[in-house]
Amino acid sequence: MLDLTAYELAKMIEAGEVSSREAAETANARIEEVDGDVNAFLTVTPDLALERAERLDAKDGDRKLWEGVPLAVKDVLSTRGVRTTCGSKMLDDFTPLYDASALLNFGDPVMVGKVNMDEFAMGSSTENSAYGVTKNPWDLGRVPGGSSGGSAAAVAAGEGWWALGTDTGGSVRQPAALCGIVGLKPTYGRVSRYGLIAFASSLDQVGPMTRDVRDSALLLQAIAGHDPRDSTSANVEVPDYLAELENGVSGLRVGVVSELMGGEGMEPDVREVTERIASGLEEAGAEVGEASLPHSGYGLSAYYIIAPAEVSSNLARFDGVRYGLRVPADGVHEMYRATREEGFGEEAKRRIMLGTYALSSGYYDAYYAQAQKVRTRIIQDFRSAFSRFDVLLSPTSPTVAFEIGAKVDDPLAMYSQDICSIPANLAGIPAISVPGGLSDGLPVGVQLMSDHFTEPTLLRAARGVEQVADFRFTLKP
Amino acid sequence: MISEEQVRHVANLARLGLNDEEVARMGEQLGAILESIEKIQELDLKDVPPTANALNLTNVLRPDEPRAELPPDEALSPAPEPVDDLFAVPRID
Repeated sequence: MLDLTAYELAKMIEAGEVSSREAAETANARIEEVDGDVNAFLTVTPDLALERAERLDAKDGDRKLWEGVPLAVKDVLSTRGVRTTCGSKMLDDFTPLYDASALLNFGDPVMVGKVNMDEFAMGSSTENSAYGVTKNPWDLGRVPGGSSGGSAAAVAAGEGWWALGTDTGGSVRQPAALCGIVGLKPTYGRVSRYGLIAFASSLDQVGPMTRDVRDSALLLQAIAGHDPRDSTSANVEVPDYLAELENGVSGLRVGVVSELMGGEGMEPDVREVTERIASGLEEAGAEVGEASLPHSGYGLSAYYIIAPAEVSSNLARFDGVRYGLRVPADGVHEMYRATREEGFGEEAKRRIMLGTYALSSGYYDAYYAQAQKVRTRIIQDFRSAFSRFDVLLSPTSPTVAFEIGAKVDDPLAMYSQDICSIPANLAGIPAISVPGGLSDGLPVGVQLMSDHFTEPTLLRAARGVEQVADFRFTLKP
Repeated sequence: MISEEQVRHVANLARLGLNDEEVARMGEQLGAILESIEKIQELDLKDVPPTANALNLTNVLRPDEPRAELPPDEALSPAPEPVDDLFAVPRID
């Protein structure tokens, strides 16, 4: 059963060939077997998984195709009655009072547990978690990427068949690339953010992390939709994401983004795998050409103003008053300062400081206002590229999985992990990472991007990449 | 490099306690990050409108209708110091 994709397992559950309870038992046992080595989970919920699986098995007919397939959930999504830490000491014993809308949309998920992440989703390695690093199942001495590193590692290790992550600057796609799985960041607003503990509200999006592209389409189907509780969620009809999936890439216009194919820090193998995928798509009938995003080189800088600015506002809520940690002190201001000093880790503090600085009097126009204008330019670049191409192709991350500890003391080196993924967040467009091949035995992800709300085309192209890639999903470690 | 005085000023705006070692390190790291970000100043964007939201949503409203919400005792259950249906805080100085 462990070798099935989520879609295949869902079909078997639907046909009555296997029960959801058996699937939950298998996932629970696998977590027990490997998580001592992988450390993907912050909280395991084996009993909750069994209880929900039994409830689903007892229903007849009235079940959604995906509901019985065991799921791991990033610890940034609120789960009613189940501890939700965000990877932070600030929320060490926090138990939410409601479920995130993405989970409610899914139905009655057979959740096997909550998975590790960089604190408040800020990081590219899970090394910023207050609860220890998650190991890459491909090589336990390396990071799984981040911030959704626990989600990626859990899927790669078969600890649940699929997982939810969140992506603000690449936090679904980069760990998916580093762990050899598929990670999709939907169009901004496609999935409700209600119950997603906010990092940068104009960029955050919940996304599927799965074994293959068909699983990605099915999990997106499960979580997408308008939500009146999230005023930025899109009131746009949800299409059938599986309908066009197998239509092939013949005639599809694919643009290889020249600015994202090289530059400082790009490993030659990563570039080579991406080029090989482009040729493979061309042989499969796609029209491949060169695309340009002239302002993409400014994306990283704009992001590291906009995201921290939103962080400095969003993380103001952690003040020891309504929930989470409180460090007792004499007087309310000292209580705020002491609580936030104790509760936040180094990266969270750095981003709060950076954002507060960029928004402070005298600097606003030079930093925040200028970054918002860069954002406009990046959107215009995409608009012009999408007038010529259906999808754009690039590497997902400039490197394969790196060794634990290799970048912890150099924030700028860590930030550059997201150089190829950030433009899609700034523009709000959907983007997906698909394994394209290997470099010295480690997976390389390639990224596809498409215009707002064109996930059906994006997924069809991604399915095409999967078919020409020299890669097959196998359980690790 | 951001001066120690600036770091302390910004930390105070953010109500964030930092020890002396953190203040020194933060000055250096913020300086390096800001220097790399400076790159965006080279663009002339005088006539470019800013983007706050990629979908250009403005003033999204829903009907203002009463609905069941969390009862007070439940809403207060995660609070560090709930007192008489209220969130208690230390003396406001």
